[in-house]
Formats: sequence, structure tokens, C-alpha cells
Amino acid sequence: MVSVTLNGEARELPDGATVADAVRAAGAREDGRGVAAAVDGEVVPRGRWQARELAGDERVEVLQAVQGG
Amino acid sequence: MSPLVIADRSFGSRLIVGTGGFASLDAMRAAVEASGAEMATVALRRVDPAARGSIVELLDDCGCFVLPNTAGCFTARDAVTTARLAREALETDWVKLEVIGDDKTLLPDPGELLAAAEQLVADGFTVLPYTSDDPVLARRLEDAGCAAVMPLGSPIGSGMGIANPYNLRLIVESARVPVILDAGIGTASDAALAMEAGCDAVLLASAVSRAKDPAAMAAAMRKAVEAGYAARHAGRIPRRRYGQPSSPTEGVAELT
Repeated sequence: MVSVTLNGEARELPDGATVADAVRAAGAREDGRGVAAAVDGEVVPRGRWQARELAGDERVEVLQAVQGG
Repeated sequence: MSPLVIADRSFGSRLIVGTGGFASLDAMRAAVEASGAEMATVALRRVDPAARGSIVELLDDCGCFVLPNTAGCFTARDAVTTARLAREALETDWVKLEVIGDDKTLLPDPGELLAAAEQLVADGFTVLPYTSDDPVLARRLEDAGCAAVMPLGSPIGSGMGIANPYNLRLIVESARVPVILDAGIGTASDAALAMEAGCDAVLLASAVSRAKDPAAMAAAMRKAVEAGYAARHAGRIPRRRYGQPSSPTEGVAELT
């Protein structure tokens, strides 16, 4: 298992988990439309979600548009 | 009313609505429709698995261009990252840049704001900065390549209207990009005053979303913006210290 902080909460994801897995684990809709992800404060473009594996202790933020402004 | 042109986009409405503060998505939809707005702001927050309905799809449905903001950011670094995340999520390089310097007044942090604007412009963004009503800062933002400047009337959500109309006029007089009055609007007359002062558009949220009847207030704001724009272009009479008769002074009957 790999331990990450996902949207502020400690989570265990399977070894080899990618940003795409983290996006799903965060509860975003399956196609990920309208969603963006950052790892340790760096944006990971959608095209790299599948390839970008997570290492331990990384902070993953999965964001979407909400009412505001 | 001529269209509002910002960068390469043209909008038929000069009222831009923020989507924060509505009791429900249904209330928001009714207000957005009544406002006639063609652009609406959204914020970026952590995914909430329990949330129902997509605000982006709803705004698409209303024919609104979705403008992401960087609300909640206190540093240039966070604002730039948030803008890049918004670009990923919403596939737009437009951003309402907001960098707050004080969490009580929600006034912008001028240094961080300018630094973020410069980075985002260099990164290819179309930047619409929420700024204070300081004419010098507005000019610096324009010089940095911002597509518009968005001075506040008074603090976000305060409903105090235009606290410094003199500064606002100075910004309008020298700006070469659209000036959008952003924040502080409380009621329709505030929006009309902003347009009469020469602003190109008005951005408001709380005044509508927290009104007792948001859709009715949205309709009022729409009329106020249109009336203010029309009055500005109609050319108002000068203010005088004394009265000037509107009926002829010749030919008055002698009756006593």
C-alpha cells in the first residue's frame, strides 16, 4: 500500500496507484470531467493521470468547480 | 447597448454574476436566467463526493461562459497554481484573479496580486484581476497585460456600494482595458452608479444570491446596468448649484 494525503485526509491506496486512481478515490465522477489534480502543489495534466504513479507521503489535491465568486 | 468586449470574447450583457451564496442550484439557475448574464464565476474546491449536480453543466445550459476564480488564495504562488488547476478542470485560460491580503476585510494584496498577474499573463492566461480602487495599481495591472481591471466598490459581500467614486472615476478615465466594478454592490442603484461612472460592466454575487428574492434582485440588477449604461451614453446634464427653469421665462402673464 502507498500512504498519501488525499484532499487533506490520510489514505491508503494500492501499490502502483496513479493520480487517476486518486481522482476516483476522491469521489470525482468517473470521466473526471471538470476535475483537476495536483500532487505536492504541482498540477498534473489530465493526460498524465494514468502514468503518474504516487509515492508515499505525497499530498494529492483533487478539485472541481463549485459555486463561488 | 453595445457588446462588452474583453480580449477575444464579446458579451451581450454587461452584468457578470458570481455564483456563490445561493441556497441551492435551482435558486442560482433562476437568478442567472433573470440576470441575463452571459458570464458567471465559479470557485475551485476539493471534490465533494456527496455533492449533487454539476454547476458547470448548469451554467453551460444557461448560455453562460464560466469564469473560474482564485478565491481563497492569499499568495501569488497559490493563485497561480489554482489558475492552472482551473485551466485543467474547465479548459479555459481565462481567470478571475483574486489574491486576498486580509481575511477580515477581504481586500486584495497588491504586491501578490501584481506578481500573480505577471506570471499568469506570461503563462498565456487571460487575466481579470479583482483589485482595490487604487488607480496606480489598476494601471500597473493593465501594463502587466491584464485583459481588464476589476476594482472593488467596497469589500466583498459588504453591500456598501461605491465607497470612493473619485478613485473609480480616475481608473475609468485612464484605463485602456475594460473596467469592471467588482464587489461591494448592495442594490440596484449601486450598479447603475457604477455604469454611470463609466464602468464597462458590473460583477456582483452576494447582492443577488443573498437577497430575499434572488431572481427578482437579479432582474433589478439587469435593468440597473442597462439604465446606467444608457444614461452614461445619453450625456447627463451638469450639476448646478442653483435652479434653472425648465419652462420659458419669456411670455409669463402678469396676473397681479
